[in-house]
Amino acid sequence: MQNEWLYIGLFIVIGVIVPIVPLIASHFLAPHKPNPIKQSTYECGIETVGESWVQFKSQYYIFALVFLVFDVETVFLFPWALAMGNLPLFAVIEGIIFILILLAGLTFTWRKGLLEWA
Amino acid sequence: MTPDQIIFLLCAALIVSSALMVVTTRNLVHAALWLVAALFGVAILFGLLQAGFLALVQVVIYIGAIAVLFIFAVMLTRREMRDKGPQVNQNWGIGAVLALLTFGGLAYILSSWDGFSSTAKAIPLGTDSLMMLGKALVSPDAFVLPFEVASILLLAALVGAVFIASASKD
Amino acid sequence: MTFWNDPINFIAGWLRSVFTDWGLTDGPANVITSLIGIVVMILFAMLIAIALVWVERKVVARFQDRLGPNRIGPFGIFQPFADIVKLIIKEDITPAGADKAVFNMAPVMSLASVILIWAIVPLASKIYGVDINVGVLYLVAVGSFGTLSVIMAGWASNNKYALIGAFRMVATMISYEIPMVVALLIPTIIAGTMSVKGITEAQSNLWFVVLSPLGLLLFMISAIAELGRSPFDLNEAESEIVAGFHIEYTGMKFGLFYAGELLHAFTFGGFMAVLFFGGYGGFFGLEKLSAFTWLSNPFIELVVFLVKALIGYWIIMWVKYSMPRIRIDHMLTFNWKFLTPLAFVLLMVTALFDKILAPTQFYVLGMFFSNISLAWIVIEILRRISKRERIEHERNAEPVIQVAHP
Repeated sequence: MQNEWLYIGLFIVIGVIVPIVPLIASHFLAPHKPNPIKQSTYECGIETVGESWVQFKSQYYIFALVFLVFDVETVFLFPWALAMGNLPLFAVIEGIIFILILLAGLTFTWRKGLLEWA
Repeated sequence: MTPDQIIFLLCAALIVSSALMVVTTRNLVHAALWLVAALFGVAILFGLLQAGFLALVQVVIYIGAIAVLFIFAVMLTRREMRDKGPQVNQNWGIGAVLALLTFGGLAYILSSWDGFSSTAKAIPLGTDSLMMLGKALVSPDAFVLPFEVASILLLAALVGAVFIASASKD
Repeated sequence: MTFWNDPINFIAGWLRSVFTDWGLTDGPANVITSLIGIVVMILFAMLIAIALVWVERKVVARFQDRLGPNRIGPFGIFQPFADIVKLIIKEDITPAGADKAVFNMAPVMSLASVILIWAIVPLASKIYGVDINVGVLYLVAVGSFGTLSVIMAGWASNNKYALIGAFRMVATMISYEIPMVVALLIPTIIAGTMSVKGITEAQSNLWFVVLSPLGLLLFMISAIAELGRSPFDLNEAESEIVAGFHIEYTGMKFGLFYAGELLHAFTFGGFMAVLFFGGYGGFFGLEKLSAFTWLSNPFIELVVFLVKALIGYWIIMWVKYSMPRIRIDHMLTFNWKFLTPLAFVLLMVTALFDKILAPTQFYVLGMFFSNISLAWIVIEILRRISKRERIEHERNAEPVIQVAHP
C-alpha cells in the first residue's frame, strides 16, 4: 500500500460495518412488541422517582480540564521520546525541564485542593 | 480524478456538512457530536497528506479531550438540552450579505495566489519526518524555546483553571 | 516465498495475480486485496472474542470454586455460540425518551474502536495489518473513541443511573489515560521507535520487562482502569447502580458492548506482551542457529504471541476476580496524586539513565536498579506518610476513660 493510512481508512469502514451485521440480523430475527411498561426507564423494578436529570458534581469538569492540560503535554513528549536516542544529553535535560514545569503545575493544583473528591 | 482527490472531496463534504449541523441543530449534545465528526474529518485530511502523527494528535487531543470537555460542560450546566426559540434573529439579512462579501473577498485574494498552481517540492524518500520533528523540538538552534514556552503556557492554563474553579467553589 | 514462510504476502500476491488476470488494473486490485485482508483480520479478532466468552466464564468459575458452563459441547466449548444465538433473538427494547440515533450508534462505536486496534497488532513478523510509524499513539487515539461511546450510551439512555455510571467511567478512563501514555512512552524511549513492530524487534535480545518492571506495573494498572474492569469497575457496580451506562441496552446491543469489553481486555494483554514481553519473538537469537531456523516461522511466532497475550489476559482476569472494588473518589485521587507523579518521575529517570548508560555495559543493570530503587523510595515515602497519619489519628482519638467498677 502506498499510503498506509488508506489501509486504516478501509479498516475503519469495515470495522464499523462488522458490528452492524449482528444488529441487522437481530432486527429481523427478534420479536418486536413494544408496550409502555417495557419501555419505561429502569429503576430497579420500581417506578421512576423524580426526573432523569440530576445535578452532577462539577468536580468531573475539573478533572477533565486537568486531563486536557496533561494530554497536550504528553503529546509534546512523543517526538521528544522518539528523537532522544540520537541527541546529546542536553536534549534529555530540556525534556526533563518540560516535565518538571508541569509537575509543578500538578502540585499547585493539588495544594489548592482541586483534586479532592470525585 | 485521482482517488486522493475523490477522498478529499468526500472528506471536505463531511467537514462542511458537520459544521453546518453543529450550528443549526437544536439539540446541544447532538451539536457536540457533529463537532466530533467535523474534527474527525480534519484528521482524515491529515492522514491523506501522510502526516500520520498529526492525524493521531488531532484525534487524541480534539476528540479525546476537548470534545469530552464540551460534552461534560453541556451536561453539567444545561438542564434543558434543547434550544428553544427562533434560530435566527432579525439581523439575519445583513449577516448573510456580510458573510457572502467576506467569502468573495477571500476567494479573490486566494485565487491570485500562485500556491494553488505550483506543486510543492517532493519530500525525499527516506526522510523520517517524525524524527526530524523530534530533533527540531529540542535542538537549540531550532524550536527549543517555543517548546519550553509551551510548557509555561500549559502551566498558565492550569493555574487559570485552578483560579476559576476555586472562585466558583467559594 | 512459500506459504509456510510468508503466508500473508504469498496469498496477497496470488490474489493480486487473480485480479489482474480478470482485467483489473493494479490500483483496484491492491485495494480489493487489502479489503479481503482486512475482513480476514477482523474475523480473526471476532473469533478470538467469541472464544474469550468461554475462557472468561470458565476461569471465573474456577476462581469461585465452581465448574462453569459444561453442558453445551465437551467442557462447554459451544457455550459462546448459544450465547450469540440467544442475544440475537432477544427483543430489542429502546426506552421511551431515548435518543434513537445516538442510542444505536454507541455500541457500534464501542466495538468498532476495539476492532480498529487490530489493524496494528503484530501477530508475527510477517502477519500484521500495517506497520505505521506511530503505532503507540494510535493505541491512545482509538481509546478516545471508546470514551466517546461510553458517554453517548450513558446520555442516550435517558436514565439517571446510566448517566451517573457513564460520568464515572469517563472520568476514570480519561484520568488513567495519562499514566498509560507515559507507560507507553517508556518502551518508546528504550527502543527508539514508536512503531509496535519496531518495539518488538528491539526486544529480540532482552525483554523490556527486565529493563523497566515499574513501567510494566504502570501499564498494567492503567490498562485495567482504561478497560473499566475490576477493581475499577464502579460504573458497573451491580449493587450500586445496576450495570451503569449499559442498563437500557438489550439483546445484541448489549452483546456488542460485552464482546467489545472482552476483546479490549485481550488486546491489552496482547499489548502488554508486545511492549514488555517481546511480542512474537522470544527465542533470543536461538532461531539464528542453523538447526533451529524453523523457530522463525510466522506460524510459530503467531502461537508464541497468542500464548503471551493469553497470559496477559489471564493476569487481568486474575486481578478482576481477586480484588474488591475501589470507590470512585479513591480511584481518581489514586491516579492524580500517586500514579501520575510516579509515572512522570519514572519517565524522567528512564530517560536520564537511558541516555547516560546507553554506551556503557551497565545498561541493563543500571535500568533495572533504577526502577527497583525508585519503587523502594516510593514505598518508603508512602510508609512514612501513613505512619504520620496513623500517629495523628491515635493522638486525636478519644482517650479511653476507665470506668470504676462497683
